[in-house]
Amino acid sequence: MSRSLGRYAYDVVVIGAGGAGLRAAVEAREAGLSVAIICKSLFGKAHTVMAEGGVSASMGNVNSDDNWMVHFRDTMRGGKFLNHYRMAELHAKEAPDRVWELEMWGALFDRTKEGKISQRNFGGHEYPRLAHVGDRTGLELIRTMQQRIVALQQNDEKETGDPEKFIKVFAELTITEILKDNGKVSGVYGYWRESGDEVFFDSPAVILATGGIGKTFKITSNSWEGTGDGHALALKAGGRLKDMEFIQFHPTGMVWPPSVRGLLVTESVRGDGGVLTNSNGERFMFNYIPDVFKDKYADNEAEADRWYTDQTNNRRPPELLPRDEVARAINTEVKAGRGSEHGGVYLDVSKRLPAEVIKKKLPSMWHQFYELAGVDITKEAMEVGPTCHYVMGGVDVDPDSTAAVGVPGLFAAGEVAGGMHGSNRLGGNSLSDLLVFGRRAGIGAANYVKSAGANPVSDTSLKAAQEKIEKPFTQTGGENPYALHHELQELTQSLVGIIRTKKELEEALIKIAELRVRIGKVSVSGGREFNPGFHLSFDLDNMLLVAESTALAGLTREESRGGHTRDDFPVMSSQWRQVNLICTFDGKKVSVEKTPLPSMPKELFELFDPHELEKYMTAAEMSKGGSN
Amino acid sequence: MARKINLRIWRGNSTDGALQDVTVDAMEGEVILDVIHRVQAEQMNDLAVRWNCKAGKCGSCSMEINGKPRLACMTRVSTFEDGETVTITPLRAFPVIKDLVTDVSFNYKKAMQIPAFQPPADLKPGQARMQQIDVERSQEFRKCIECFLCQDACHVIRDHEENKKSFAGPRFFIRIAELDMHPLDVIRNRKQTAQEEHGLGMCNITKCCTEVCPEHIKITDNAIIPMKERVVDVKYDPLRWLGSVIRKRDGIL
Amino acid sequence: MAITTPGTGVFSEGRAKLSAKTFRTDKWWIQPFITVVVLFSFIVYATFRAFENGKYFAAPLISPFYSPCLSKACANGAVSFVGTPFGIYHVLGMTVSPSLFILIFPLAFRMTCYYYRKAYYRSFWMSPPACAVAEPHAKYTGETRAPLILQNGHRYAFYAGLVFNVFLTIDAIDAFKNEKGQWGHMSVGTLVLLANATFLWLYSASCHTCRHTVGGRLRNFSQHPIRYKIWTWVSILNHKHQNFAWISLFGVALCDLYVRQVSGHSIRNLYFF
Repeated sequence: MSRSLGRYAYDVVVIGAGGAGLRAAVEAREAGLSVAIICKSLFGKAHTVMAEGGVSASMGNVNSDDNWMVHFRDTMRGGKFLNHYRMAELHAKEAPDRVWELEMWGALFDRTKEGKISQRNFGGHEYPRLAHVGDRTGLELIRTMQQRIVALQQNDEKETGDPEKFIKVFAELTITEILKDNGKVSGVYGYWRESGDEVFFDSPAVILATGGIGKTFKITSNSWEGTGDGHALALKAGGRLKDMEFIQFHPTGMVWPPSVRGLLVTESVRGDGGVLTNSNGERFMFNYIPDVFKDKYADNEAEADRWYTDQTNNRRPPELLPRDEVARAINTEVKAGRGSEHGGVYLDVSKRLPAEVIKKKLPSMWHQFYELAGVDITKEAMEVGPTCHYVMGGVDVDPDSTAAVGVPGLFAAGEVAGGMHGSNRLGGNSLSDLLVFGRRAGIGAANYVKSAGANPVSDTSLKAAQEKIEKPFTQTGGENPYALHHELQELTQSLVGIIRTKKELEEALIKIAELRVRIGKVSVSGGREFNPGFHLSFDLDNMLLVAESTALAGLTREESRGGHTRDDFPVMSSQWRQVNLICTFDGKKVSVEKTPLPSMPKELFELFDPHELEKYMTAAEMSKGGSN
Repeated sequence: MARKINLRIWRGNSTDGALQDVTVDAMEGEVILDVIHRVQAEQMNDLAVRWNCKAGKCGSCSMEINGKPRLACMTRVSTFEDGETVTITPLRAFPVIKDLVTDVSFNYKKAMQIPAFQPPADLKPGQARMQQIDVERSQEFRKCIECFLCQDACHVIRDHEENKKSFAGPRFFIRIAELDMHPLDVIRNRKQTAQEEHGLGMCNITKCCTEVCPEHIKITDNAIIPMKERVVDVKYDPLRWLGSVIRKRDGIL
Repeated sequence: MAITTPGTGVFSEGRAKLSAKTFRTDKWWIQPFITVVVLFSFIVYATFRAFENGKYFAAPLISPFYSPCLSKACANGAVSFVGTPFGIYHVLGMTVSPSLFILIFPLAFRMTCYYYRKAYYRSFWMSPPACAVAEPHAKYTGETRAPLILQNGHRYAFYAGLVFNVFLTIDAIDAFKNEKGQWGHMSVGTLVLLANATFLWLYSASCHTCRHTVGGRLRNFSQHPIRYKIWTWVSILNHKHQNFAWISLFGVALCDLYVRQVSGHSIRNLYFF
């Protein structure tokens, strides 16, 4: 089969056109580079559009006591001090500028009375900090940057007559491989989803901004694009993945009907009075308040109910415990046989608030259930359960430049990069992460290209990439990619899910190895033209690598922290806090190693109350009082 | 509770194609996109369909279901009667690529032709002050998920291929309206260009764009008609023209 | 149905090869059908009444088709405070009806109304007959050239409509008289004329041009709080513009019919007091 082969040359190729990718592209272009933006779907459809709550930035518009130091503390606390301190620091310091910049590009955030950008409260943030546009902040972000790209193209058109001379969007294109020559990135290889035609880019720098891995799980809030492409591409190119065991399960995803399973039910439903009950009608969250939270959460319904109207004299209802606690509680209830009809629990606002108040306070939730599920939440309870939402782990990068460790010329930003969020991400910190590190990736790549210069793709690496892409059509064995994907999702969901044990993780690794063999037998029917079976066969390979990394790192980390819960090691360990788990891939299997977590310098260390740090750190660390 | 649903799906490419009948299981609570996926997984592995979020937020799964431009993820199977055959075709205003996937590049080309937002030259980041009531109108238009169903439904281009060169379509009329109503945008000739370059005058306000908008944006009432009125202000109303010459009032025109 | 030229519109080169003009399974043609029937009936009735030149006045009631009555041919007592700028003209031996001097204005207001435009473009001109139903025309230029470019004059028709609303409101107030011209009485006719005037005001106030004029044209609402307030009220009415368009249309016709029946002594205008 002879296919036409397109060849392009750019200073930098950005893989992924979500928030991070577009922000990186803008920055790289403004630094004078020519940029290719590659998206797996159409331009402007990336998963960033799903983000609802807002973008966290300590602008202090609503409470002027807020500043980067408070934001930094909240972020580290949320990540249970496993975050890379430098990333959390840069993020907290730069987020306000990134938000203001969006406004200069046409974004229209909701306003305060003084006309500033309004900010809302969110779990884990000490002050109202999330800039927002109703509950469609992610859409605003991506549209603003999409339009910023168009603005840059219009400028280029004015100056050169060609809008796509320096920045071009390649929509519906999948990258299958990062090409390396002389030990450095030389380009990328892929194919057009529409035609199946292959294409490669000569490019000394590549920025990964591919987002998450949710589609490895059966129940997820992620779209089909969340197949861990960037994670896998980095691994295959010799990069390192860090913290892959930490996966955030949002406690309340829709579980029924099946068509919307996994779709998020926003935290505000609970914040506005929604309660969780099991099949016995019991408000079970009172049974799941951990000791460390006993002083902050109400232990009886009367007090919990009073909190909604009087927050100073009452403790919070236990429904508002951190995401990981609620997710585990729901999981336990369902496993104990007290789940709802379709395997979740009930979340009910209908008995708590009048219908008109629900519609006013939660308009998009009302619509989401009414239009997608035919459920009227003002009349009946929702069925909810944990859903795979976000991966904290990702490519191991240098915090300042986002350069991937071990692969010169490779950069990563956004969800695909690891370290920023530690073991658990706070709501609102993902959109700011995209902006802060997207921009830094653009600068990092620009600096790299200017010093490293060109590194054209060699024929040998080209040929290898070409052979791989043919495989699904030439392989025999008759495995159906859809069926394999289904099996993978079942196994991660049940064996690498919210609660993990040694036995289950080992079983998962064995099954993953079996699946790897079967993936070698996937054969695809039909032609190359927009063939979803063909597309899935590549995604499958990526998802398998990610699942293996998660299972392996999960097996290795013998403690429970944030997005990693081990039934056999239920407590947090100060020893394990000092360790990052790094996954690498030798072409056959993933291996894991422990590396020390960089420790905070003194000036950051001193931002915290020592009594708080004692809960997380060893005595030796405490006496050292931060590195210098 | 599974039931069977009969689908008549268009399959083909830019040169040829036909409707094909399939029968597939539909579970309770499912949407059309779910049954299309089931067809894809079980019967037509290479059936091409675009989709992303499956929650009505990204605007990828636009197609025509029983002749109506819709998002497949927002069309519940339960709205069809038992035994009814549901016809599913690609968008009919755009060139088809394969099966249910069409070439919507027209829209990206049009997006490129509308001058971007331009803030005042002396405005520094973080200094902008805008009242909520001043941003609300434009915010409505920024809800657009770019599913292009309005573009597909608009007869100006759906029924007249030759108009594509001179007509931007509803999606971009709300973009122009958004910018013309944006408190910080300094470009002042958007009304003129809307009429002269983007074909606002071609619209005969028959409201199909509003009817098909999954975000319920009042495209016609809140964007197109206000823009038409603003165009009248600067182009057709002799009294306003006179007034503007005499008084040169800023902030109004 | 007219024939769509092959190779255009949804049958253009490159688009999915499908032979049907629409795959809609609902009764999409009902709406345009009803619109045609109702609008056509109204036109027939209004034309008949405009030319009838009689039975439009029964003190103190005057038909909205004939108010303000500006011709010397007007019935005794029907003349408004404006007087009679028009004389008595004859065409083909028939006296020109006073209605013809004025009806052009409300007609223009409705013809250029954004709602009616949608209604008649869809139903009469089938451009398009319904959403995603192929239209029968090979060419389309919208409202970019004569005569349709005149639709841009809607605001002047709106202003004229307001003047008529004032006259019809005065008529409704006058209807608080008895047949002898004494104030302080009220009849079924009073209610009919009041309702008619009210619906016409609602139709005008909910108009898109009105919405633009009171505040829609402003860039910053916050600098014009009063106009913003009015704009929000008009916006609420504007949602119902279509309803007001139809109600006021029926209102005018029924109001006229009532006056006609009273004037022709077919019914008595019942007085409450």
